[in-house]
Amino acid sequence: MPTINLPSVLTPFADGHHTVAATGQTVGEALDDLARRYPSLAPRLRDERGAPYPFVTIYLNDEDIRLLRGFETRVEPDDDVSVVPAVAGG
Amino acid sequence: MTAFPLTDSTPPTLTPDELSRYSRHLLLPEIGLDGQNALRRSRVLLIGAGGLGSPAALYLAAAGVGTLGLVDFDTVDLSNLQRQVLHGTRDVGRHKLASARDRIADINPGVLVESFPVRLSAGNALQILAGFDVVIDGTDNFATRYLVNDACVLLGLPNVYGSIFRFDGQASVFAAPHGPCYRCLYRQPPPAGMVPSCAEGGVLGVLPGLVGTIQATEAIKLLTGAGTTLIGRLLLVDALHWRQRVVQVARDPQCPACGTREIRDLAESIAHCETATTGDVDAALAAVPAIDPTALRDRWAAGHDIRLLDVREPHEWAIARIDGAQLIPLGELDRRLDELPRDRDIVVHCKMGGRSAEAVRRLRAAGFRNVTNLTGGILRWSREVDPTVPTY
Repeated sequence: MPTINLPSVLTPFADGHHTVAATGQTVGEALDDLARRYPSLAPRLRDERGAPYPFVTIYLNDEDIRLLRGFETRVEPDDDVSVVPAVAGG
Repeated sequence: MTAFPLTDSTPPTLTPDELSRYSRHLLLPEIGLDGQNALRRSRVLLIGAGGLGSPAALYLAAAGVGTLGLVDFDTVDLSNLQRQVLHGTRDVGRHKLASARDRIADINPGVLVESFPVRLSAGNALQILAGFDVVIDGTDNFATRYLVNDACVLLGLPNVYGSIFRFDGQASVFAAPHGPCYRCLYRQPPPAGMVPSCAEGGVLGVLPGLVGTIQATEAIKLLTGAGTTLIGRLLLVDALHWRQRVVQVARDPQCPACGTREIRDLAESIAHCETATTGDVDAALAAVPAIDPTALRDRWAAGHDIRLLDVREPHEWAIARIDGAQLIPLGELDRRLDELPRDRDIVVHCKMGGRSAEAVRRLRAAGFRNVTNLTGGILRWSREVDPTVPTY
């Protein structure tokens, strides 16, 4: 199962977990699985139509999924999916 | 646009004292005399003399940057000292730039400090940034970050970016020639209240030290031409579990700042931060009904039956609480709705009002009708109603 990495700003919505093993053949399916398990996380990953937010970038390993096939990008069991929302602290 | 590394035909002019001061740099082939001279000729602007700006200013001053510009309008607060190492206990209440100037002069009297004790705005940003070689973004809010980015793109200045929250840090170099900018990574900021600030969510004091020194490192590499910078890459650090990753950031041909160049001035920069996106974000942006602390006190005193819901975390509850409040952390709210009365007025509070606004939106979406947000949270309650409630 691919691993989804969550930053500190999102862990309160995933019962404190920084990493979650998710099922799915694509990045979108893995995020669907994550959203099913943590419903309050769902609106922080994608908008209500399932489109990406302009303030959340998602990486498959080290690559921005926008440069691949977006949420349709296929994931392998040992892949890392990182959700990287904008933060502004300084 | 500045050409890097900074070079000219000026012969080496370091004094004997300077040769001694910078000897460990001079021994590095990647820096050497040429690099040290480049640093001395350079002008670096630090936006924010806080968590990120502190280590960046200290190390850039020690490294021998010729001119350090500092932009900050704030004064030193006791709560800054856990991470803002540019300032000391005796500086509490002083202007941060006065404190910074003293500290920098002590570290390296050869550094010229230019102070801008103002809030960076669309009206002054281009004027302040112009004439510097590198800009370091150490701000603490999205509006200023987009302003800094767009001003850097317009002026052709590299924007050495750092950002922190709790235990996580990000660093990159944006707006360098041929490189992506901050808008290529994040086209627009999140709606207000969706991402808590460090004042609300907390930050490990060491973290800005880590990220601010990365920013200083990148600035030195840009100015001297040493090594490989983070242009086109984003460094992600999780200090709690010590995970780090460097991911790619590509230039976006549709980016309104550096791609299509739709953003031709900073008024348009602001407009591009306000563009509404989807319904979900619109809902998140919508204002929620609110009540002031004094009004809540008066309504309680008049006998109104009002449930006070606290959506902070248990560790915050342990520091300070309002008598009679019920604690349900925001992350648990959705599954604990049955603990709340549907037939009573509910006032929701957190530390400053951001998380509680989100809670009000969720409760109203879940069918609770009489829910309002306590403006300013427990901090304002302490200030205006009950000073015995500790602030943090």
